Amino acid sequence: MPFNRKPKVFTPIGALSFGDGARAVTLGGGNTLPLCFFDAKPNNLPAVGVEITDTGFDTAGLPLLAAPYDGAVTLAERAVRAANLKGVDFVCLRFEGADPGGLNRSAEDCAKLAQEVAAACPKPLCIAGCKNTEKDTELFKALGTALQDHNVLFLSAKEDNYKTVGAATALAYGHKVAAESAVDINLAKQLNILLTQLGVPKGSIVMNVGSAAAGYGFEYLSSVMDLVKAAALEQGDAMLQMPVITPVSTEAWMVKESIVSQADMPEWGDVEQRGIQMETATAAACLASGSDAVILRHPVSIEKTAALIAALV
Amino acid sequence: MALKGLDIFKLTPKTNCKDCGSPTCMAFAMKVAQGANSISECPHMSAEALAKLSAATEPPMKTIAVGVGECAYKLGGETVMLRHEKTLVNKNLYAVFLTAEMQDDAIDALLAETVKIDYERISTRMFVECVFLKCGADTARNIEIAKKAIGLGRVPILDCADPEVAKTVVEATKEAKPVLCGANAANWEAMNAVAKTAGVVLGVSGADLNELHDTVEKLEAAGNRNLILNLGSASIKDAFANAVEIRRAALKNGDRTFGYPSIVNLAALAPGDIVTQTALASIFTLRYGSIIVMERIGYAEALPLFALRQNIFTDPQKPMRVSPGIYPIGGANENSPCCITVDFALTYFVVSGEIDRSRAPVNLLVPDAGGYSVLTAWAAGKLSAASIAKFIQEFEIESKIKNRTLILPGKVAVLKGDLEGKLPDWKIVVGPNEAIQLVKFLKDFQ
Repeated sequence: MPFNRKPKVFTPIGALSFGDGARAVTLGGGNTLPLCFFDAKPNNLPAVGVEITDTGFDTAGLPLLAAPYDGAVTLAERAVRAANLKGVDFVCLRFEGADPGGLNRSAEDCAKLAQEVAAACPKPLCIAGCKNTEKDTELFKALGTALQDHNVLFLSAKEDNYKTVGAATALAYGHKVAAESAVDINLAKQLNILLTQLGVPKGSIVMNVGSAAAGYGFEYLSSVMDLVKAAALEQGDAMLQMPVITPVSTEAWMVKESIVSQADMPEWGDVEQRGIQMETATAAACLASGSDAVILRHPVSIEKTAALIAALV
Repeated sequence: MALKGLDIFKLTPKTNCKDCGSPTCMAFAMKVAQGANSISECPHMSAEALAKLSAATEPPMKTIAVGVGECAYKLGGETVMLRHEKTLVNKNLYAVFLTAEMQDDAIDALLAETVKIDYERISTRMFVECVFLKCGADTARNIEIAKKAIGLGRVPILDCADPEVAKTVVEATKEAKPVLCGANAANWEAMNAVAKTAGVVLGVSGADLNELHDTVEKLEAAGNRNLILNLGSASIKDAFANAVEIRRAALKNGDRTFGYPSIVNLAALAPGDIVTQTALASIFTLRYGSIIVMERIGYAEALPLFALRQNIFTDPQKPMRVSPGIYPIGGANENSPCCITVDFALTYFVVSGEIDRSRAPVNLLVPDAGGYSVLTAWAAGKLSAASIAKFIQEFEIESKIKNRTLILPGKVAVLKGDLEGKLPDWKIVVGPNEAIQLVKFLKDFQ
């Protein structure tokens, strides 16, 4: 008896584009369960973003990460190099230097830098803050205006600042905005509702439902994403049908597996290889759980992840 | 397909004889439907009804056992597609890939690298459980390599499509309960005889899902239900599609023919590309790979994959816990200060990670706090001045550590007064609310 195939195809979830003119990327629009492109031809493939920061990374022991940026002096030059890495769909510029506990770069200075990057960078831009909610709010306000013609994606609006961030970016200039919640489907949905009530169109919102490195509570993240996708596809919950973006690099390059040097842990071997595998394994797990976009840091992780997505189609 | 209580009731004698221990046949049927009682507890069921019921109450996916003794594992037996629906029960296994054509030194080097991966993470031993051997025509050579793997405590997976060779190799290694892969549409009869005689699990392949389905049906008709399904090596897309289709058919669409665990050979899907193999292993760990074969597994691959597996194969209703005790971090010794936290694994990881980053030597104390986070444990009465004092006494902290500084999580600052009363020799310091503030706190503290 032949096998009785029963494809699972659903009404597509929302899709959203960011980036201006020729440089644009579309996220979402999925009509199958994550990566199940054998059920139906996908409308858009999951996108891969490259992360750069205004402060640059500490590349001690990471020659392969440092190499593409060798000789690039300005942030704009680094952004161009990042954008041209193999497999990159968009560039995520993270303003780590804005952190009041660190460099405390002013919002105006950040805006100037962002404008230089936007003028030079050949791929769509996504802007991330420094994780200090107060400073990020101020930063996004300034950048929303400074980048008004570029249709960028802001990462992220949270429960504490969604009004200001949503108004200063999506409402005022038609930017796209990510609603960030911490691994909780109810909060994710609530934030989407709050943003739409503010007047932000559904089609301008992506969800950042949290992130975790493999082994560090990843079960919570994957279960929340499984639930989000089930609600979006199987139950048609309009308030959870926004595409999901997952910043992987910030988590993957923070855990001890990726940072303890070979000198401290000889049996673990090369630290860069460990970081690459942690980042790639986490990214693949996020994609299998339902991320429509992942943000990665290492050129090797980016190339292999993009190639894997292509191989699944 | 699960039967409802009423369906079962219709098959009972309906005499309310109470021989099964339940007051009525209806009550008994309800208990059977819930899985609380077995149908065999009713002595008066007709053979016909029993056959009908046991077929209907059979699990949708069979549990397959491989290996022996300390190296015995169970595969399959899943009842849900996703972890949150209930729980995933049998974790997948990892294997490294050998061929009989490899030189001895290459085989020994690979096995040596593999056995080096042996460490503990959250009270569980992490190591590569299986060795996959692509057999050659030389029977003695195959046996020699398989025995090396057995000697290292690994379950051999023998990939061999020649029934004659397979017969001798399996005969020589059957004590270790290996897996014999290589049955297909052409050789299934002979391979089935080999596997059944030796009592080992048989791996089945097919050119596509139709052929695989067909071969499994024939094997089942021949009385073999001890199978593993090969997801194929045609392409990455096909292997992933097969993994999902097979599990979906078994659990969602009532197709028992596909109710078996799976095996996927990443060495064939992405040869020479260990990063892509790791990414694929990650996907198959989440999505329906039961045995995952890779070209090699070093620490760079093992650390994320084993940790991911440990996360995914946890019961969502039970928090992951670390065992209570003293965890010295950053080269801490008896003169280093103590930080106290809870035994919820996530909290432990975040706190220990931040202490690590601060580079300050700290003895992290983990009492039994019911596996809850700090505030929840406190609210549930699992983290109190009394429980901390009891922990310090039971684990003989005062004789093991000379330093008398105890840093308390900021969220339970309220315990400070009580603790000072219970631990008069100690200096109780209130730490930060969030783990992320620990780096700065510990730097300032020193």
